[in-house]
Amino acid sequence: MSGFLRDSSIVFRRQLRMNLRNPAWVIIGMLQPILYLLLFGPLLEPLIGQFGATNAYTFFVPGMLVQLGVFGAFFAGFSLIGEWREGVIEAERVTPASRTALLAGRLYRDLLQLFVQALILIGLGDLLGMDASPIGLVLGVLLTLLLGGACAAASNALALTTKSEDVMAPVINMVMLPVLLLSGILLPMAIGPAWLERASDFMPIRHVVDGVRASFAGDLASSGLLWGGLWSVVLFALALWWGTATFRRENA
Amino acid sequence: MIRARGLVQTFSTRQGRTKAEVRAVDGVDLDVEEGEVVGFLGPNGAGKTTTLRILTTLLRPTAGTATVAGYDVATQPQDVRRSIGYVSQAGGAFSGARAGDEVVDHGMLYGLPRSVVEKRGKELFEQLDLPGLWTRMPRNMSGGQKRRLDIVMGIVHDPTLVFLDEPTTGLDPQARANLWEHIRALRERRGATVLLTTHYLDEADALSDRIVIIDHGRIVASDTADNLKAQVAGDLVDLEVADPLRLADAAERLVRLVDDERSVEVVDGHVRARVPRAGRAVPGLLRELEASGITLESVEVRRPTLDDVFLALTGRSLRDADHAPGPDGAAAPPVPAGTPTGTPTTTEGALR
Ligand SMILES: Nc1ncnc2c1ncn2[C@@H]1O[C@H](COP(=O)(O)OP(=O)(O)OP(=O)(O)O)[C@@H](O)[C@H]1O
Ligand SMILES: [Mg+2]
Repeated sequence: MSGFLRDSSIVFRRQLRMNLRNPAWVIIGMLQPILYLLLFGPLLEPLIGQFGATNAYTFFVPGMLVQLGVFGAFFAGFSLIGEWREGVIEAERVTPASRTALLAGRLYRDLLQLFVQALILIGLGDLLGMDASPIGLVLGVLLTLLLGGACAAASNALALTTKSEDVMAPVINMVMLPVLLLSGILLPMAIGPAWLERASDFMPIRHVVDGVRASFAGDLASSGLLWGGLWSVVLFALALWWGTATFRRENA
Repeated sequence: MIRARGLVQTFSTRQGRTKAEVRAVDGVDLDVEEGEVVGFLGPNGAGKTTTLRILTTLLRPTAGTATVAGYDVATQPQDVRRSIGYVSQAGGAFSGARAGDEVVDHGMLYGLPRSVVEKRGKELFEQLDLPGLWTRMPRNMSGGQKRRLDIVMGIVHDPTLVFLDEPTTGLDPQARANLWEHIRALRERRGATVLLTTHYLDEADALSDRIVIIDHGRIVASDTADNLKAQVAGDLVDLEVADPLRLADAAERLVRLVDDERSVEVVDGHVRARVPRAGRAVPGLLRELEASGITLESVEVRRPTLDDVFLALTGRSLRDADHAPGPDGAAAPPVPAGTPTGTPTTTEGALR
């Protein structure tokens, strides 16, 4: 296990070093949560009464958080294709490092990015008047990290499977659309017609969004948090397994 | 050190609707002893890289077994990986990272402490003539510099078994000679075993204790360079006859030394043939010629080159596809026109 931690942190440091050298990555990453809050928040504020909630930011920040986590992570795999093309993945796979560590080190980077974005989002939301329970915040961020990790792992797996940006981009688009429309990320599904809400029951990410929302609101005993927690753990485990399998696969 | 039996690797490739199966490696047996330097020689697409990827645990063979450094590649890949170094044909340094960082990270994945890897990496940079490039990005290096960086990465953890896939492609003659020295030193100083692939006959000849020739996924020969040359072609004997009227007489004498009389050529006052063990046969031949009053302007006996061997085994010339000058800048010795290497079509008949 210590070997795993050491290997994955070597991979992590390498990835972080390369990303930090790219100022666009840093600036855009930090700007995203700010833009969401400043440009989208005011638009939603007047609607809040319709959702039966009182504080607009407590209600909307969870959705933005999940949105950041999911969408940022979906794109994580693209850089892997470039690395694969240059023989980096093969060079790593020929070392005795654990295959899971090769993936995990990359996930740490994505999770760190998401964590920093979450801190910015929550800090700024706080300034704008968000009123969330502290323990709910912690749990909500935890669920988001699990979900973001799952999406990043899936994205990496997809990258190593397709090995081509041209194939991967449309696939990601095709996945993102239903996620955006059926997860209630920005607007809760409860305001739509019943059939749409039923359809969204089949979208696992919707349950995670509900869970994060419930935990920010302080409903720690609610079934929403329970289901959200379960789904994020399940998704994370599945994606990690898939990602590891692609790194292990002989033909990668 | 390496023992492979019946390795087969098939790939299925899709071309439009039809699915084709490529047998990249088709029943390869390979043995490499500890401390040996083996040259793995074959034309493009012969299956060299695929074989190496099987032996380095990157590919699981469709069929067959292999033990590398005492471990089974299928069941103990982790132990195999710990024991080997691999420089792939494509290299492994990311173009947008710093060279030194890539070397250090790669070495650390073998479990070595940072300080050790860094020290050894910098030593190798000196030895492979990459001074001052430690912090440069590979995308800003020349092709040959990048290739040497790949090699540093592959051997930075000081493995005792090294796989080099076309290590010298893109290197200038001086860098090639330098790398040859280094590969020899790997064996001499550390007793390392080296399996290297190459298209360059002079390289395989100069560097390897043994040459394994692969074509269409099969091993077609495996022996020392000298044995290969002796076994296949025989030496080229070239007699320049002073009197054109005596050419036929001279040819008749030469025919007696060869198995196949069609292989005797008469061109431009020269009589040529491939003669097995020419060193023994030629003195007798010369005495005979002298006794029958045939005067020679010159006699030339040339040992076959590996290219002749390759041609005889596969029916194709390696050198046609891929010509490289020797490390000292001199090309292979010039071959007179009309001799086998120059004109493969006549040779094929001559060798068979
Ligand atoms: N992943 C793959 N999918 C399909 N076919 C492959 C794959 N890898 C190799 N091949 C095919 O297998 C054959 C052997 O390829 P390999 O790379 O082993 O040749 P090689 O001897 O290394 O050639 P070169 O000298 O050009 O490097 C080729 O016909 C190649 O097209
Ligand atoms: Mg190759």
